[in-house]
Amino acid sequence: MTTGEVTGHRVAAAADLPPGGSRAYAVGDMQVAVFRLRSGELRATDAVCPHAGGPLADGQTDPTKVVCPLHSYAFSLADGSCHNGDYAVRTYTVREEAGEIVVECG
Amino acid sequence: MEKPDLVVVGNGMAGARAVEEILERGGGRQFRISMFGDEPYGNYNRIMLSHVLAGDDAVHKNDLAEIYLNPLDWYADNDIALYAGVRVVRIDRFARKVFADDGTILSYDKLIIATGSRTFFPPTDGMWLDDRTLTPGVFGFRTLDDATAMLDYAAERRTAVVVGGGLLGLEAAYGLQQHGHDVHVVQSGPTLMNQQLDDEAGGILRTVVERMGITVHTGKRTAALRAHDGSVSAVVFADGTALDCDMVVVTAGIRPNVGLGVISGLTVERAIVTDDQMRSVDDADIYAVGECAQHRGEVYGLVAPLWEQATVLANHLTGADPKAAYHGSRIATKLKVAGVDVAAMGVKGPQRPDDEWVRFAEPKRGIYKSVVIRDGRLIGAMLLGDTKQVAFLTQSFDRGLPLPEERVELLFELAGPGEEQGAAEMDESVQVCNCNGVSKGELVACVRAGTHTVGGVMTATRAGKGCGACKGLVRDIVEWAVTEDGGEVGEDESASWYVPSIPMDKPTLIAAVREQNLRSVSQVFAALAPDGEDAASKMPLTSLLRVVWNGEFVHENDAKFINDRVHANIQRDGTFSVVPQIKGGVTTAEQLRRIADVADKYAVPMIKITGGQRIDLLGVRKEDLPGVWADLDMPSGYAYGKSFRTVKSCVGTDFCRYGLGDSTDLAVKIEQQYQGLESPAKLKLAVAGCPRNCSEALVKDVGVVAVDDDRWDVLVGGAAGASVRRGDVLATVDGHDEVVRLAGVFMQYYRENARWLERTYDFVPRVGLSELKAILVDDRDGVVTGLEERMQDAVDAYHDPWQDGRDPRGPGQFADNLPLIPLPQVPVRRAADGSLQSSAAGKIGARP
Ligand code: SRM
Ligand SMILES: Cc1cc2nc3c(=O)[nH]c(=O)nc-3n(C[C@H](O)[C@H](O)[C@H](O)COP(=O)(O)OP(=O)(O)OC[C@H]3O[C@@H](n4cnc5c(N)ncnc54)[C@H](O)[C@@H]3O)c2cc1C
Ligand code: SF4
Ligand code: FES
Repeated sequence: MTTGEVTGHRVAAAADLPPGGSRAYAVGDMQVAVFRLRSGELRATDAVCPHAGGPLADGQTDPTKVVCPLHSYAFSLADGSCHNGDYAVRTYTVREEAGEIVVECG
Repeated sequence: MEKPDLVVVGNGMAGARAVEEILERGGGRQFRISMFGDEPYGNYNRIMLSHVLAGDDAVHKNDLAEIYLNPLDWYADNDIALYAGVRVVRIDRFARKVFADDGTILSYDKLIIATGSRTFFPPTDGMWLDDRTLTPGVFGFRTLDDATAMLDYAAERRTAVVVGGGLLGLEAAYGLQQHGHDVHVVQSGPTLMNQQLDDEAGGILRTVVERMGITVHTGKRTAALRAHDGSVSAVVFADGTALDCDMVVVTAGIRPNVGLGVISGLTVERAIVTDDQMRSVDDADIYAVGECAQHRGEVYGLVAPLWEQATVLANHLTGADPKAAYHGSRIATKLKVAGVDVAAMGVKGPQRPDDEWVRFAEPKRGIYKSVVIRDGRLIGAMLLGDTKQVAFLTQSFDRGLPLPEERVELLFELAGPGEEQGAAEMDESVQVCNCNGVSKGELVACVRAGTHTVGGVMTATRAGKGCGACKGLVRDIVEWAVTEDGGEVGEDESASWYVPSIPMDKPTLIAAVREQNLRSVSQVFAALAPDGEDAASKMPLTSLLRVVWNGEFVHENDAKFINDRVHANIQRDGTFSVVPQIKGGVTTAEQLRRIADVADKYAVPMIKITGGQRIDLLGVRKEDLPGVWADLDMPSGYAYGKSFRTVKSCVGTDFCRYGLGDSTDLAVKIEQQYQGLESPAKLKLAVAGCPRNCSEALVKDVGVVAVDDDRWDVLVGGAAGASVRRGDVLATVDGHDEVVRLAGVFMQYYRENARWLERTYDFVPRVGLSELKAILVDDRDGVVTGLEERMQDAVDAYHDPWQDGRDPRGPGQFADNLPLIPLPQVPVRRAADGSLQSSAAGKIGARP
């Protein structure tokens, strides 16, 4: 979920993220983790785990969630809610446009 | 210089947790720690008292081991002087001393008050025999002694009255009712659990509780207790009516233990008033934490806020984070009370004319839900009987997230998680094991996958294997999940599944993978998993493919844990540790020089000799890994994987006057042969040149001990980690070659048959030593040749993963995934002589 003004940011070339790939990108002063699922779809969340700062882009994913590599909290890729705790991350709209990955955030 | 003295008064949940946090931050080196606890035990999990009372098998009153968070050994192990059963009666702030009731006087430099609360007994005729003794049959419900005394007394009684219908009262009532007692709960106001619930929810809870057979009396003020033959016999109410009973439990509130604060001149309002560092506002050397502390006007009565306070206190006291500050806790409570789920946060109802209040009630099923919204933000919520939405609501509440237009969506799953996540899973929002990072969801998944014993779940998930503080909670959750799952212990077929998403045990799965020639994790999911991809199954499947195909499979990075993606162990700040292979612990001046050069070149913050007889370079940035490996020019030590790790050795015959066998040479041979082997869990080995066992071979997954001239005991299933187990002697054999062969046969059998993450110390006893001897030594089933062959294939397929550094697997394999944080953030250590370990260490934090 996002608030306020939303703008598209080009963060990388689409080839940066093959299926199963995940990377963190800086967007302004934010850090966004972008995931390419096995199906080819893109998902984006905050890059930093709210639990203890783990790098979510280093986590493991499936179609519904990303699991933080540090203490295995799992976050929904759909809405950022935590499957097993009270933490949550923000999720962002992300799409591919003319060979580039575009993340929408404020 | 002498270490300063840290004295802790109160050895309950907050006090002990604060000390754990302090130790975690190196406080054990900084302070000499003493703790006083009024109760004659180590620290125990007070929350579990409800279970003790209910007589749950797990925590039966005759076997309370499970309830202890820190047994007495823990204090000794951490050099903490524990004064158990000793009460501090006075603090002299000017002499900086504490005085205890047994005559002990200790000086302190820093003092922590963590005295918690006690039961509040409302002034009532007939409650007390004298100043200190309750009338027999009258109990509070706060301590372990309360619970056990109550149980002893209840054994021969029938009717109990619980005075007070809050959380504790309902727990007490439920507990006693489990023992077949006639239980009455008396609440002076109109509503049960009125701290958390509004009248309507309280009414529904009442129906649920009454359906259990507990009688509820509301609007009754207790005026007096009557006694017969010296023990309590009835409760008399203000309206003149009375209720006969043979025991009374008083749960009409708690009061912070602040007497010490008052007599030593600290500001005490409802509790000891603290600043944001949890220090008394009057004395910078005295901290207060837990239920005896008042912060910004709040006194908390649940554990979650206490954990936060303890962390801040420890950060501040040890200097780990001098700026640490506590800002209060927004309490979102989620509890199970008398078997009923209850969650509450924020305000209970609307307070202003334009506050929105959305409610749903289904009294028959015991369900009530309500939310209060102000200016589009959630300011309160209450859930009874169905708490599936709690995670979503807590998140909206904490972060002030925008809410769905259709407010009703807040109450049902429509708004929370996507449907595919499963309702039961979202219900599981309790934080469980901090040490090993196990969430409630994982525990439940493990139960669903078929492990129906607390011990089994703990072994598989590692929950409770760290500080142990969460053991009680883990037990709670597992028990709940097993019941929820409806499966009976041990009879669920999924107990044998290798991964939760595929209904096959390991041998069947291996056969299917071979037969269908499945060469990637995605193929395995597509062919065998009814519900497709599952994050938790990926790592074990990658491991299985490695074992089956020996490298001849399609690597998928997303199917690997980060450690296996980059062949290094992730650290708390997202940097990595690098442990090069040092076979048998034997190294050379040349290797050491290279390690030193690498450490300088990459400004490695800490170089450490590991417990595995090798050298760890800690705090290396991800993007530096390929460079580090290239410059080291040593193979990977596999310190990050579920794999064959090390073979420790002792000096053996060449140098030691007792040596019976050449242990160093044998260790190097074994490590050379089996380096890097994938396995279900870590494999740690050692070879000792005689039974003095200097390399600790008796407690290794495979341990080899010389017992005569080049004659060796081969032991399996030993451990000295979170579990300690002496290895079992599989066989006694002659010569190095036979040792290497037999160790290989055992390890291959383990690789093919052990469950994911099942260490040999669990595997060996599960299969049984005599069975293993029959299969592996006597070759009863004729499988040894096959095991040898498949092991040889695996050995031949060895490939040093650090060679990958020259040829990354896909874009971004070594890209830093925390772009804006200066790394490493781990502290730079100095060697004992005070010199900086790394000459370039001053540059740490600067990004290249
Ligand atoms: C580096 C080292 C500590 C040290 O500085 O000495 C170490 C460090 C870690 N150990 Fe260990 N263990 C180290 C020797 C040991 C030993 C001693 C030994 O190997 O002889 C043991 C007990 C022996 C045993 O395992 O039977 C040991 C028992 C554990 C355990 C408990 C395993 C168990 O089932 O009981 C864990 C937790 C786990 O495996 O999940 C663990 C987990 C860890 C992890 C990997 C935690 C993690 O997942 O991040 C630590 C990584 C720290 C880091 O950030 O790099 N480490 N650990 C040692 C590396 C040895 C090596 O050269 O490979
Ligand atoms: C039956 C029961 C069920 C509960 N269930 C839950 C729950 O489900 N969820 C939840 O969040 N919370 C629950 N709680 C509350 C939780 O247990 C408390 O919030 C928590 O224990 C408070 O920790 P504390 O360290 O401040 O106090 P305590 O744990 O009470 O520790 C204080 C210790 O200090 C000792 N002490 C006091 N004065 C002195 C002195 N002068 N000298 C030496 N020692 C002294 C006391 O004997 C005691 O051992 C429950 C409590 C009870 C009793
Ligand atoms: S896992 Fe091992 S290295 Fe890490 S803190 Fe625990 S004992 Fe130390
Ligand atoms: S930092 Fe992500 S789970 Fe702990």
